[in-house]
Amino acid sequence: MAEPMMEIRALRKSFGGVVATDDLTLDVGAGELHAVIGPNGAGKTTLISQLSGALMPDSGTIRFDGRDITRMPPYARSRRGLARSFQITSIFPEFTALDNVALAVQAHDGHSFSFFRDVRREARLRDPARAALARVGLEARAEVTARYMSHGEHRQLEIAMALATNPKMLLLDEPMAGMGPEESGLMVDILKGLKGEQTILLIEHDMDAVFRLADRITVLVYGRAIASGAPEEIRASAEVRHAYLGEDETV
Amino acid sequence: MALLNARNLVVLATFALLALAPAYAAWVETPFYLDLGRRMMILAIGALSLNLIMGFGGMISFGHAVYIGIGAYTVGICAFHEVTSGFVQWPLALAISAAVALVFGVISLRTRGVYFIMITLALAQMTFYLGISLDQYGGDDGLTVYAPSDFAGLIDVDDDLSFYYVVFVLLALCLWFSQRLIRSRFGMVLQGARQNEGRMEAIGVPVFRYKLTAFVIAGTMAGLAGALLANHTDFVNPEMAHWTRSGDLIIMVLLGGMGSIAGPIVGAAAFLLLEELLSGVTEYWQVIFGPFLILVVLYARGGILGFLSRKDGGDG
Ligand SMILES: Nc1ncnc2c1ncn2[C@@H]1O[C@H](COP(=O)(O)OP(=O)(O)OP(=O)(O)O)[C@@H](O)[C@H]1O
Ligand SMILES: [Mg+2]
Repeated sequence: MAEPMMEIRALRKSFGGVVATDDLTLDVGAGELHAVIGPNGAGKTTLISQLSGALMPDSGTIRFDGRDITRMPPYARSRRGLARSFQITSIFPEFTALDNVALAVQAHDGHSFSFFRDVRREARLRDPARAALARVGLEARAEVTARYMSHGEHRQLEIAMALATNPKMLLLDEPMAGMGPEESGLMVDILKGLKGEQTILLIEHDMDAVFRLADRITVLVYGRAIASGAPEEIRASAEVRHAYLGEDETV
Repeated sequence: MALLNARNLVVLATFALLALAPAYAAWVETPFYLDLGRRMMILAIGALSLNLIMGFGGMISFGHAVYIGIGAYTVGICAFHEVTSGFVQWPLALAISAAVALVFGVISLRTRGVYFIMITLALAQMTFYLGISLDQYGGDDGLTVYAPSDFAGLIDVDDDLSFYYVVFVLLALCLWFSQRLIRSRFGMVLQGARQNEGRMEAIGVPVFRYKLTAFVIAGTMAGLAGALLANHTDFVNPEMAHWTRSGDLIIMVLLGGMGSIAGPIVGAAAFLLLEELLSGVTEYWQVIFGPFLILVVLYARGGILGFLSRKDGGDG
């Protein structure tokens, strides 16, 4: 394999007494869909936050696309092609869906020190934004104010915003959180469509989805990676069953 | 989006009234109305500028009157030293307001929420006391501006009527500028940062520099209001920068409607009108004004314009 898209080395982060990331080392290959699973409070969101720059690790390094990004601010990582979606929906509630996504496009189209041109007439922002909305099946909802969209639509919008930045890698924090079975199915289809063309680090509790989508899976418990491998290996691992999947889990 | 919704009608009506006020003042032979209208428009420019950062950028500055004070003092001190050319005074007033806003912005924009309010307030009070300590410029008694800004005959600031329309045109320009700004790429970043700053950084925008720029633009516009105010009252004093004046600006913005670009103009007009009417009724007019404000905040969240647009929606 060529140089991995992302290399995480000996990453550590604690909050007071809680060690949320414990000496974590992980590679994500280019084009790979790497899933991170683990029980509540295992440190999955904390990991994503460190990768995206929202949190600074206590120690360790993060390399992305051949560069050390450990101390880079979030916006600079986004500029280098690292995009994230949030477990708890994080959008611009007063803007329309299209404005939300167009703003993400704008963020990657040079600086925003433009004071006079009507942003809603800029085809170079609106067209890619519409394409990203179409990618997640929201094209018909483009003009709806985000606040009035359903939870499932918010999750789709999250993905569209991440895609609109034209990323080299996606960090997705539980894109199916709180979704019904039908909506989840739609999201799995969206992720399937992205798989192969995007490098993805996926955090997800929905085991069906994870085992269907992932190329590799890492299991996180109390901030430690207790297992990492192909889906079959993870499924077969007794330790994983014991620590996380539980006896009656049928995977 | 109807162009002639209730909201736009109120804005248009306000402008129409302001345009006709001089004629009415002449007709009823009450020059005071001319004075009142001009004061409304000058403070409207100040409130408009505050709304850019407060309403759209979510930066609740409790020291915005400082820039009005600085603009006014620049004109006053220039005149004191016999530099009366408006071509020098006014650009200088804008430049100094911008520079101070830049410094204060760099300091205060590192904080959020209540801390931001407190720091802007503290910086404002510092500036206020600096004004008081300027003994050679009258200290807390202030400074009379004996000569109006001189524009070499191009515009006559000394003539009440022509100065009135100078202010009128400047207000219209500031409104137009704000409108363009809010709908531009810059405006989207500003509003996005208010709604969700973390997300803004996550999609790749270094928010600080945009907020700082907005802060400087707002301070500069308020500096213009200050330069106008010095010519309006022919007098400057530290009181212009007092925190209660900053509070007045906040009230004007809330009264007119934070979410709308033209709201502060309606808010400033309503504020001065109410002050005029109520202080005619009783010396303790604040006793009536206070509860009225509470009602507005409770029942008309978006201020006067927000209240009107509840029925028919609309933008701007
Ligand atoms: N900002 C914080 N301050 C203090 N403790 C925190 C903070 N963020 C996370 N933690 C703690 O760190 C641990 C890991 O939390 P994290 O949110 O990363 O878990 P998670 O794996 O994403 O869980 P979930 O599946 O519920 O989303 C938890 O014990 C949590 O309480
Ligand atoms: Mg989480």
